[in-house]
Amino acid sequence: MRSRPTVGAMVGVLLGALAALLVAALLYGLSPLDEGEPAAGPLAITPALVERGAYLARAGNCMGCHTARGGQPYAGGRAIPTPFGAVFSSNLTPDAATGLGSWSAEQFWAALHQGRGRDGRLLTPAFPYTNYALLTRADSDALYVYLQSLRPVVQPHRAHELRFPYNTQTALAVWRALYFRPAVFTPEPERSAEWNRGAYLVEGLGHCNACHAPRNSLGAITDARDLSGGALRELGWYAPSLQDPAEAGVAGWKPDELRDWLKHGRNERASALGPMSEVILGSTQHLDEADLRAMGAYLQALPPQGKTRPRQPKPDPALRELGGKLYERHCASCHGEQGGGVAGIYPALAGNRTVTMGPSDNLLRVMLRGGYAPATAGNPRPFGMPPFAGVLSDRELAAIASHLRNSWGHRAGDVTPLDVLRVK
Amino acid sequence: MTLMLVAGAAAAAPAVEDSIAQRAMACTLCHGKQGRAAADGYHPRLAGKPQGYLYKQLLNFRDGRRDYGLMSDLIAPLSDAYLLELAGHFAQLDLPYPAPQAPSVDTATLARGRALVLQGDPLRKLPACVQCHGEKLSGVQPFIPGLLGLPRDYLNGQLGAWRSGQRRAVAPDCMGHIAKQLKVEEINAVSQWLAAQPMPPGSKPAAALPEPLPMACGGLQ
Repeated sequence: MRSRPTVGAMVGVLLGALAALLVAALLYGLSPLDEGEPAAGPLAITPALVERGAYLARAGNCMGCHTARGGQPYAGGRAIPTPFGAVFSSNLTPDAATGLGSWSAEQFWAALHQGRGRDGRLLTPAFPYTNYALLTRADSDALYVYLQSLRPVVQPHRAHELRFPYNTQTALAVWRALYFRPAVFTPEPERSAEWNRGAYLVEGLGHCNACHAPRNSLGAITDARDLSGGALRELGWYAPSLQDPAEAGVAGWKPDELRDWLKHGRNERASALGPMSEVILGSTQHLDEADLRAMGAYLQALPPQGKTRPRQPKPDPALRELGGKLYERHCASCHGEQGGGVAGIYPALAGNRTVTMGPSDNLLRVMLRGGYAPATAGNPRPFGMPPFAGVLSDRELAAIASHLRNSWGHRAGDVTPLDVLRVK
Repeated sequence: MTLMLVAGAAAAAPAVEDSIAQRAMACTLCHGKQGRAAADGYHPRLAGKPQGYLYKQLLNFRDGRRDYGLMSDLIAPLSDAYLLELAGHFAQLDLPYPAPQAPSVDTATLARGRALVLQGDPLRKLPACVQCHGEKLSGVQPFIPGLLGLPRDYLNGQLGAWRSGQRRAVAPDCMGHIAKQLKVEEINAVSQWLAAQPMPPGSKPAAALPEPLPMACGGLQ
């Protein structure tokens, strides 16, 4: 019979291993990770460079996170909710005391490429330096020059409200040791230039996976190319998989349809709602044709990956029947009796993936809170959907959703009143 | 089969016009048919209010100065120009008003409400409602709303929100300043009296005020 190790010895070994990991993490995390690309020399600030930087800032939607609702653009202060507490975005305007005014191009590059602040402190990965590390030095410099050209706004940084231990530099060092290796984007020679440009935009500046990839219990995305969908619990949305044809995979779309979606926030198939409308409004509608096509080419070439659907609740015929009646009364006047919608105005619900995808969160969210498609330059006067939260009960909303998910050839399963309550 | 379904769906496409009224349908589920206020007494009338006032409120909701998540989320992705157009749509509607609400307080309270509305309280430097909202309380172009034809619950809710700071305007926030000096009983008295007044026929926002405003209001620029 083998002798059993004592509890004390086990704890000792465990503590020793933890300490070793911590020391390794600190040594690794706190030391410069690599030198990156050196600066080509002193920056020659030209109007063209500022304009280039402005374009890149939109491609990255820097303003989206770095502007509080109703606040000064780029002056920061927006709360970014995370499972570990709220992170507050920083002031990117060139105010010397509270913004980037005293930062050098080198320090700015270190923030993007290594996730370090001006004083060398580790930044939280809510700032997606894991994506921005891919940027070229030239793009980093253009962004820097653009941000330095903004009107300075005095807005002191609001301290993050992260819980212990996530609010410590040690935790950030461990996180980096586990999940971060800085590397500038390297094109894949066997792929087209268009695909490579798309990869640079999607994986780097566009940081699409910040929403569209699953995260582990420490908030990390473990596969940088994974776009198989992510739950945005703090925002109450689900960012669907861009790889699953049953969710938001676009491999089967015509390139023009995808281009229109990114440019206008709608196409003949559907309208953007929720966080994606913010992305289209602040970012993708401003991309030039070549970049839109490149992004599209990359997204259409993603490896398809079906997702396991959540288990369906037991069918409730009474609920579906009630849903059918309520649909006639509340929905059919816009979406059509057979869910066909009105081309270019109200999306068809028959065959609509937001209706049929496994998670019903987005469908319920739209029914509860309504929404307008984004008012883009190409669709400046969008049509909208009213919120039904105060009009229909949880059971009635579940009934309509169940009707939608099981009509017109759909077999998506029922939605329960509890599901509605969960999304509220 | 699929083809048949598609054909059937196409045949049944609802008749929807490409108009601003159709675009405003996302508003009227809560704000009542054509924006004439909801029966719940909470979602206010939009029809006939000054365009500038409605526009400012849309901006306030979108930009976080007014706090109602459903409104803010709904209009978050809309541009200034489009919000102005939606505001203009509701402003130009000329729809009948509901009958006044019978008051539920004693005559002394009503008299107190009437006095505050018509005279204010000079000792406390509280301006009268009519000094800004117009002699007939029908509002003033382009930014000041009328105070008649509104449900009591709504008036109480808004004055309470100004008082607590939940509703705000661009600084200097004159309504916030006034409401913070009102006692809760005074707010109720004002709401009771206002909601009990009949809407004079053909009532429209006045073109201008006879006197300058008694105080500076950031929301009116």
